[in-house]
Amino acid sequence: MSDVPSHLRYTSDHEWVLADGDSLKIGITRYAADALGDVVYVDHPAVGSSVQAGAIVGEVESTKSVGEIFSPVTGTVVETNQAVVDDPELINRDPYGEGWLFRVDTTDSPDLMDADAYTALIGQ
Amino acid sequence: MTSRHTPLHQIHEQAGASFTDFSGWSMPVRYSSDLAEHHAVRTTAGLFDLSHMAEIRVVGPDAAAALDYALSGRLSVLEPGEAKYSLMLNDRAGIIDDLVVYRLAEDDYLVVANAGNRDEVVAELTARVDRFDASVRDDTDQTVMVAVQGPVSRALLDAVPELHLDTELSELGYYRITSAVFRAESVDTPLWVARTGYTGEDGFELYIDKDRGAALWQAVVAAGVDYDLQLCGLAARDTLRLEAGMALYGNELHPTTKPAEARLARVVDKEKDDFVGKAWLVEHPEPSTRILVGLVAEGRRAARAGYPVVDPGTMDVVGQVTSGALSPTLGYPIAMAMVERDYKDLDTELHLDVRGQMVPARVVALPFYRRRKD
Repeated sequence: MSDVPSHLRYTSDHEWVLADGDSLKIGITRYAADALGDVVYVDHPAVGSSVQAGAIVGEVESTKSVGEIFSPVTGTVVETNQAVVDDPELINRDPYGEGWLFRVDTTDSPDLMDADAYTALIGQ
Repeated sequence: MTSRHTPLHQIHEQAGASFTDFSGWSMPVRYSSDLAEHHAVRTTAGLFDLSHMAEIRVVGPDAAAALDYALSGRLSVLEPGEAKYSLMLNDRAGIIDDLVVYRLAEDDYLVVANAGNRDEVVAELTARVDRFDASVRDDTDQTVMVAVQGPVSRALLDAVPELHLDTELSELGYYRITSAVFRAESVDTPLWVARTGYTGEDGFELYIDKDRGAALWQAVVAAGVDYDLQLCGLAARDTLRLEAGMALYGNELHPTTKPAEARLARVVDKEKDDFVGKAWLVEHPEPSTRILVGLVAEGRRAARAGYPVVDPGTMDVVGQVTSGALSPTLGYPIAMAMVERDYKDLDTELHLDVRGQMVPARVVALPFYRRRKD
């Protein structure tokens, strides 16, 4: 049911990661967005901050619940997506595109799932 | 544990609902967007499956007296066709459940209880009516309950050709119920139509035999095409009732919550001869140390149930949020909280501890949202 694009990599925290030049672009999966419901608030990490792999760096809130955003890698936040702050529902409408969350500059090569493994994880 | 399904489960699946476990039932949490569903109820109409709710009949010559004893309100004064919001108290005047009680006939009451409290309410009612000439019957498994809520809900139901009401909806007042017939495929099925709800909007709740629930649902959906009817899940129901300042059992109400703490003293008739909980209330006339308040905050970060409420001067925790959300209608965070009495006055400044961040909030009158009466 949920779409899981094959060009992305995934974490068990239901985030997706895209290698994008020197940095990694990160967002939450359609599965996570659907589970949250309509997102109404996004709290990003500060641009320039150092983040540790696995650490909580932000939040996405829906009317019903709060989801924590974890950094999948250790590195430096180089950009956050202001569009989802202004229109949080972008995360529901286009979680893999306009609904991206932040970019991290890293030399890490994290161990991530491919689409098949993530699809298996969410039991689709 | 497997969740129970309502008789409409398959219809919800076909409509693309997401499900959540609620009190042991697998219920639609949303069909598409909980915000869209919320706004539909505020502007047009929404349709809810509430078949998890418990329908309990209390019947017999002494049904009225039995309920006067078993529940907090004076149900004997209801005329057939009238309803009352009431509480079931324990012997320490704590709230076992909050209920809507309809008098269907002189000797016949319908008590609608929360799904999670069904077993206890049935057991307590059965025990409490024992010394009266009345009996208790749990009809939940035989009943489909659906709600049509929103400003156009009356026009919408008037446009359902299969519905034939004994009292026209234009004549049916708030908290009134009428018998009706659902006539489809040349089968007549009796049902009850009540002007009640849990959204803060005009609306109706319908009770019908489970085998005809799907046909009724589909008839309402068919008529709803012309009225922008939206299928609605429990997520929207929760934000709607919160905006309307209505308590949710398990959040605002618990077995240790006294009626006055939840601002529900008005539904307790202490003048009644005897009822379960009265002795405790008479022995404890002093006000409680805590009380439910409404809070509004700035920004977009909502406090959730369980978050601490803090005195901004002393930084002492002086209460706890019972429900909170970013209000879809109002656009700012709202919450209900149980706070120490000293903090109950309107405009009292408080802080909400939102996962470590202190968010300034202010005490306001409930409800947060009140519909414009036409």
